Amino acid sequence: MTGVIIAGAAETDQIGRLPGHSTLQLHVEGALNAVADAGLSLRDIDGIATVSAPGPVQVAHALGITPRWIDGTGVGGTSFLLHVRHAAAAIRAGYARTVLITHGESGRSRVGASRYRMEASSPVGQFEVPYGVSGPTTTFTIPALRYMKESGLTHEQLAYVAVAQRRWAAKNPRAAYRDPVTVEDVLASRIVAYPFHLLECCLVTDGGGALVVTSAERAGEFPKPAVWVLGTGESSETPMISQMADFTESQAFRLAGRAAFAEADIGVADVDHLMIYDAFAHVPIYGLEALGFTGKGEAGAFIADGNTEPGGSLPLNTNGGGLSYTHTGMYGMFAIQEGVRQLRGEAAAQVGSPQISLILGNGGMFATAGVLVLGRQPG
Amino acid sequence: MTGKPVPVPTPETQPFWDGCAAGELRIQRCADCGRPYFYPRPVCPACGSRNVEWFTASGRATLYSYVINHRPAPGFEDDAPYAIAVVELDEGPRMMTSIVGLPATPEALELDMPLQVQFERRGDVSLPVFGPREAR
Repeated sequence: MTGVIIAGAAETDQIGRLPGHSTLQLHVEGALNAVADAGLSLRDIDGIATVSAPGPVQVAHALGITPRWIDGTGVGGTSFLLHVRHAAAAIRAGYARTVLITHGESGRSRVGASRYRMEASSPVGQFEVPYGVSGPTTTFTIPALRYMKESGLTHEQLAYVAVAQRRWAAKNPRAAYRDPVTVEDVLASRIVAYPFHLLECCLVTDGGGALVVTSAERAGEFPKPAVWVLGTGESSETPMISQMADFTESQAFRLAGRAAFAEADIGVADVDHLMIYDAFAHVPIYGLEALGFTGKGEAGAFIADGNTEPGGSLPLNTNGGGLSYTHTGMYGMFAIQEGVRQLRGEAAAQVGSPQISLILGNGGMFATAGVLVLGRQPG
Repeated sequence: MTGKPVPVPTPETQPFWDGCAAGELRIQRCADCGRPYFYPRPVCPACGSRNVEWFTASGRATLYSYVINHRPAPGFEDDAPYAIAVVELDEGPRMMTSIVGLPATPEALELDMPLQVQFERRGDVSLPVFGPREAR
């Protein structure tokens, strides 16, 4: 138990293609929605956390917030999970009482968005960029063939990850893609970077969301049921995919998961609902194994056997995930939002009354990881 | 038309690029614990020692993993689809590279196949790439 709750959580009014919204505007809209969800006003916020750009100073200033605690941790799409963890420590220490964590990204329309640029003198610029990498589709994907050789994962099983998640998306009116797909459809979609086809790669969208985190002592003061932050973890492995220690497993996923399970004092059997950051179809496979939900090399078959789709024993990525729901670039905020919705009983594809939801966030290309164990009860 | 990206050496990586220019794959190892490592940096990632040294690697490697990229990066339009690979040097460390002398197809690119370093001119540097290793 971390001593904090999520008191407010909301996404932007719309997600998808929003050419009328700048990056900053998406932060602001998500923030206002989350603060309203918590029944608070901006005057109640005394801590701010978000990634650059635009960064916590810009977001706080735009909202008229004068923070006494600031966290600008920017380690990719999992950053917001780390912000929750850092906010828990700050609230326990008395450095802040009510922390606002925001995400906004004009990932598709690129309105008011900074340009992606890698310095030619950086390690990545010297030792990866010269070989023709072009973003995550060519780097995040590189470990997969080695995993397939070692584990026997088939192309059909990899494709099935997208099939399973589309089944969840079909139940979610906000999901970008809702039409059912088959393994054949996935394998017939164009190759982006072999062995990955288009439908095994995440969307690129615009959107945002925010969270309000405060002391668990205040549970009951807010309009929505409190979501308890029971456990947290974070770690990093490598800034360059070529230097990942073992291409068949994520060390950062494993270490962040271990810390979160220990803090929450739970095991895998206690988890009712799971979100694993899915920038590409292989990432949930690595996540299931790193967290211990399956043995090594078994997660592809576990998903293909239907265990994670509607009606399965372990509901995974129930919003449709980055593959079918939305993926602005830093998807972690949306994974947290779905965990909160499921625990509150307000998800589009509600999976009964889960007591514990676990969120695994990825940053970069297996570079960083954050894990949150969220509960409907104090633990 | 944008050219292919050219790496810009920094002081701690200059000996690597000097080696490439001389047709040698020079990497580092720890003089205390003996562990070879890549990418160039002034401290051993295994034991933290600053007592590190350069040596010339064999240039032999095996294919560890790869993708075949169909959406070319700027400058690579004429190459697509092309393989982006990670190779494991016989000395242990891994590095990203291009595969030359073989078709960019899953049939031609078998994991663990033996490879040998070559050097390709790119701007004012020589870039290590890997091709099939001839049987001797």
